[in-house]
Amino acid sequence: MALSARQLKVGDTHSEQVVDNLTRTQVVQYAGASGDYNPIHTDEVYTTKVAGYPSVFAHGMLTMGLTGTMLTNYVGDGRLTKFGVRFTKQVWPGDALTAKATVEAIREEGGQQFVDLQLSTVNQNGEEVLSGYASARIDP
Amino acid sequence: MAIEKFPVEAGHIMMFARAVGDDNKIYYDEAYAKTTEVGSIIAPPTFVQASAQFDPDYRLRPKIGEPWFGSGKEPTGVQQSSGGGGTGLHAEQHYEYHRHPKPSDVLTATSRPGQTWERQGRRSGKLIFSETITEYRDQHGELVVTARGVGVRTERPVEQS
Repeated sequence: MALSARQLKVGDTHSEQVVDNLTRTQVVQYAGASGDYNPIHTDEVYTTKVAGYPSVFAHGMLTMGLTGTMLTNYVGDGRLTKFGVRFTKQVWPGDALTAKATVEAIREEGGQQFVDLQLSTVNQNGEEVLSGYASARIDP
Repeated sequence: MAIEKFPVEAGHIMMFARAVGDDNKIYYDEAYAKTTEVGSIIAPPTFVQASAQFDPDYRLRPKIGEPWFGSGKEPTGVQQSSGGGGTGLHAEQHYEYHRHPKPSDVLTATSRPGQTWERQGRRSGKLIFSETITEYRDQHGELVVTARGVGVRTERPVEQS
């Protein structure tokens, strides 16, 4: 279901919990699907003994992918025109993430309506792990 | 980096969607997808990242017959001058969609370096950022996705607060 310009207003929000208790196995699943096998995401021995981190941690792109799930649930399939993020904090096994989109603008360009969204994904402590933006085509 | 052939496959899209916790039928159910506005299975928004699978030189994939820097008998399979050095991390990722890839597309990817800059980090010493712009084109040469990634190399591991 696509969004409609008539029913949207600046400041509207949509949020979803996109993962609860992130497992190492889901991180492994992401490594396999994406092809990014960097051991800092899946190999506890390497990560603690060589890389110097307290444990493995999620790919930034897994956090972006989880955030993308919230985003496409909100704007509809095939509607995104832009999606960009900054990774602001690492995401660890056990984390619970909530992704939120806030309507920043509703605009028309060449006869087509668009919504501009501001994005923020936070962990169970309310710390932001990702900030970003997206734009999507919407119905009149 | 150049990827000459990135075939977009339905099974790969399904596995990728599962990994990002997305059970939307548009990513695996062709009969359902036909009834929707997009008309076919499409790829999730971050799927082009999986083009790494088709990059012959991708350095974060173990290569047959070559040492791997992850653990085996020892914590790392390669010689390191000192442990606890810096880490290469992903700082930013931006996508512009001209359309959304779908199964049967065969994409190519060409990358060029963008800007490089430095900053002093509070928790990880000197940070060196570098930008890469990648264009994904389809079998007709049409632009499908433009990606801009920013990587950062830290001087030392990021301190945990």
